[in-house]
Amino acid sequence: MNKHFEQRKYLILGIIIITGLIILIKLFYLQIINEEYKVSALNNSQRHIIQYPPRGIIYDRDSNILASNTVAYDIMVIPGQVKPFDTVQFASQLNISVKKFKQRLLKARHYSYFKASVFFKLLSAKEYASFQEYIHHYRGFYVQPRLVRDYPQKLAPHVLGDVGEVGKKMVESDDYYQAGDYIGLNGLEKYYEKELRGEKGLKIYLVDAHNRIKESFHDGMYDKKPVAGKNLICTIDSRLQAYGKKLMRNKLGGLVAIEPKTGEILAMVSNPNYNPNILIGRKRGYYYDSLLMTDHKPLFNRAVNAAYPPGSTFKVAQAIVALDEGVIDVNTAFSCNKALIGCHNHPNASSITEAIQYSCNPYFHQVFKRLIQRGYEESVFRDSPLGLDLWKQKISNFGFGSRLDIGLPSVNPGFIPGSDYYNRLYGEYRWAFSTIYSLSIGQGEIGVTPVQLANFASIIANRGWYYTPHLIKRIEERGLETKYKQKHVLPFDTSIYAPVVDGMEGTVNGDIGTARLARIEGIILCGKTGTAENPHGEDHSIFMAFAPKENPQIAIAVYVENSGYGGTWAGPIASLMAEKYLLDTIQVKWKEDRILDAELIPKEEKEETTSSND
Amino acid sequence: MIKRRYNILKHIDWISVLIYLLFMIFGWISILSSSWNGEKSTLFDFESRQMKQLIWIAVSLVFIFIIFLIDSKFFSVFAYLLYGLSILSLIAALFIGKEVSGTKAWIDFGFFRFQPSELAKIFTGLALAQLISKYNFDLQKLKHLVIAFLFILVPMGIILLQNDTGSALVFLAFILVFYREGMNQTFLFIVFLAIGLFVLSLLIHLYWIIGGLALIAIIFFWLNEKSNKQTIIAILIPATFVTGLFFFNALVLHKLNLNTMLSIGIIAAIIVLLPNIIRFKRSNIIVLSIIVASSVLYLNTINFFYEEVLRQHQRDRIEHLLGMKEDPLGIGYNVNQSKIAIGSGGFSGKGFLNGTQTKFDFVPEQSTDFIFCTVGEEFGFLGSAFVVILFVVLITRIIIMAERQRSKFSRVYGYAVASIFFAHFLINLGMTIGLMPVIGIPLPFFSYGGSSFMGFTILLFIFLRLDANRLEVFR
Repeated sequence: MNKHFEQRKYLILGIIIITGLIILIKLFYLQIINEEYKVSALNNSQRHIIQYPPRGIIYDRDSNILASNTVAYDIMVIPGQVKPFDTVQFASQLNISVKKFKQRLLKARHYSYFKASVFFKLLSAKEYASFQEYIHHYRGFYVQPRLVRDYPQKLAPHVLGDVGEVGKKMVESDDYYQAGDYIGLNGLEKYYEKELRGEKGLKIYLVDAHNRIKESFHDGMYDKKPVAGKNLICTIDSRLQAYGKKLMRNKLGGLVAIEPKTGEILAMVSNPNYNPNILIGRKRGYYYDSLLMTDHKPLFNRAVNAAYPPGSTFKVAQAIVALDEGVIDVNTAFSCNKALIGCHNHPNASSITEAIQYSCNPYFHQVFKRLIQRGYEESVFRDSPLGLDLWKQKISNFGFGSRLDIGLPSVNPGFIPGSDYYNRLYGEYRWAFSTIYSLSIGQGEIGVTPVQLANFASIIANRGWYYTPHLIKRIEERGLETKYKQKHVLPFDTSIYAPVVDGMEGTVNGDIGTARLARIEGIILCGKTGTAENPHGEDHSIFMAFAPKENPQIAIAVYVENSGYGGTWAGPIASLMAEKYLLDTIQVKWKEDRILDAELIPKEEKEETTSSND
Repeated sequence: MIKRRYNILKHIDWISVLIYLLFMIFGWISILSSSWNGEKSTLFDFESRQMKQLIWIAVSLVFIFIIFLIDSKFFSVFAYLLYGLSILSLIAALFIGKEVSGTKAWIDFGFFRFQPSELAKIFTGLALAQLISKYNFDLQKLKHLVIAFLFILVPMGIILLQNDTGSALVFLAFILVFYREGMNQTFLFIVFLAIGLFVLSLLIHLYWIIGGLALIAIIFFWLNEKSNKQTIIAILIPATFVTGLFFFNALVLHKLNLNTMLSIGIIAAIIVLLPNIIRFKRSNIIVLSIIVASSVLYLNTINFFYEEVLRQHQRDRIEHLLGMKEDPLGIGYNVNQSKIAIGSGGFSGKGFLNGTQTKFDFVPEQSTDFIFCTVGEEFGFLGSAFVVILFVVLITRIIIMAERQRSKFSRVYGYAVASIFFAHFLINLGMTIGLMPVIGIPLPFFSYGGSSFMGFTILLFIFLRLDANRLEVFR
């Protein structure tokens, strides 16, 4: 039997010899035939140097720079070339301990004896200037410039975002990135990363046996030129943005201003604020952590991520839906019956216009009741869900409850409750209008973000249409993105808007309006106050507005947390913003001073009230 | 005693010993060249790799001496025990092991890191020799074949858990031993078919392969049956199925792709035709049908495995190897640098210590897994061909020696030794010159590392010890 199998040794020997032959042939090909792998007869070898393109610049709408690039300097070390030197002096010049200094040197040595590695990251130009004269004392060290981000106006950190070293996960999942590369981490920098970053290039040099660069490989035939990142033209108006930042100082909240005709976002402020430049460079980690620990979450972009109850501003939406559904007409009157729901003292509203002007709670209580209890079913428990879902469908036309794709990576959709929500909360057929009536005046479970409210103001300003609010006007060589060219027209009759707009005019300019502090001399500002109760502290002061009444140029929404009535703080802030934008000057100085001097941040750290409602 | 020692020395295979010594010297020179930084003061630094390796070489020589002192019966008597111990140490490494570049295959003794899988290779070889040489053990029997496979799958499984794919793959080389000792030829055929289909499936679309298989099957059918009528039926039935599925999918389902439709169609046709085939007792056609059906199933399985189970970096490595991706700075970096280093050596090399590519850390792992680059760069085609030929000579020599054994135990062990060297030779050089994916595995006697040098020395010299006794024993 064994004799029989002995023959098999020939196949095994055959496999081994053929394998040997294949390897020999491949070696012959590599070492003798193929020229591609012959670097040169001069014992030279290649060194690949990655060329980083400049990141695209972000301009504001008037071509002022919001984000640009500046040079920082990495100190590199080639451990094999280091000669003995005064470590104490060197360490003190870099402001690090000798122990740490030696650790870094050891780490570089461990990485490679002959290859350069980063010894000290991102010296600023100033630090470099003082260090420059000593560098030649230290053999084996050299300085390599590197482009880093710079935000010259220190404006709009929440909008622009920031740039930092790419994370490990991204390096693994995306072939483009290598450890140490920079990537947009938040805001526009992240959303438009692909446009801003450009394409990395590659330069291949020949180095001699001492690792010195001799010449470029094949005259640069295999080099790849870096492609600069595309510049972005942002919709932000720097002056208005800066003014908004100034007004929001010492207040918690968010502010968004939109140009109604185009949907361009003119200003987007979230306070507390921070200087975006602190997140660039060596100390990014330190500052990022300290911002995370600071009270009131300065990293949180309230303008798009905080969903608050909209308060009485929501009455404007209720009015439009009610008129469209035909449950009331323009001249429907309800008395101000404070037994239904609390209200302040004002004359009875004899029309929808007056109801908005006086912001009458009982009026809208009754309007909403008609919207919810439509009489399709006998039982109110069966009728209300039908009414609520019809209402939700209509109210969603204003962009509430859905994510606005404005050009930022993280945007809160807000929340509009429907029957499914209350069914989950209370059980099917176990709730009715009486359970949910606070929705009528924009309280309760509704969550609307400042940017959604500004967009709503913009819809009213346009009398029924809008472009998705956006932050980027133009991408270099490409223009406006098509998704922002699409006009959204609401399915309501255009005649519905006039009485509502008149009510908003009265709110500010009428004798008994709720926002008389928001008047602007010579301009008709139409607005609506809101005061959102919240269980954690003082009410949120809310205001939405647009101006002028005819041919509106600006629509604004302002939220000031825990500060009181909408007409007291948010109204005047919105008015000042509009005045600044339209007239470029403030006519009544004390109004401005009153806001600038106000300190409305609650003294004690309270539980945050800015969470979304879902 | 003295007389016996004399006998042993007389019968030692000096050709193998000579090759071993050549490898040892050449290997050490390469390590020196790839790790010495050029400063004279560090040449004899005991922390440096060249000096450490020298110590391991010395220790290995002591081991050789010990092996020749031990009675040759020791290896067969204690084969199972040693195998058991090596399995235990593999498990131990899993728990108390030190993680080195992603693998947990090392046990740290402070002064020395030890890799149990090196020992496991040797003792699995011994254990297999003991198993297969047992009276009445017959690899043609399925039950016995399964037992033999378990002997290699257990250590392989543990090593895979250690994340050391390279070392685990080496155990598959024992299939050559099984083949030599009587394993059914079909298994070897299946292994080659499986590997071939896998590589093909990465290079061209699945439907081409399935279509090609069907075409070959039909031609074979026609040659075998010599009947045009039957052949037309054999074409028409699967074609009807596939066309039917195609229209059904286009009109109703909209879910299937071409691969799935072809696969289902062909398999369904085979199932429908099977009763007829069996009735006419055409064994060739039955085998053909089984091969086609299982190939189709296998292709779909690996396609799923490749797309859904493998991770991106694993796919990248395989695709780079097959030339589907050009990316000199990414995945292919190691191999590209390694090829440049070897290629730049030319015909006669740049000379000892004059290599540049392997000096400045262009090639990663250049004194361990990629040590052959240094040989290629500094000694050129002459040097590298010399090493390759020497390996082929050593492996063939071991096989020839194995065949001259009177004892089955020694023969099987000899084949085990040859298989292990062959696996390392194939995988390591294949990777270095870009014929195989990058799988970290040392080149015997060349790569830096105590465990591996000592392991290969012990592996080889146990066989030389057994061989030296070949005339005395008849087990």
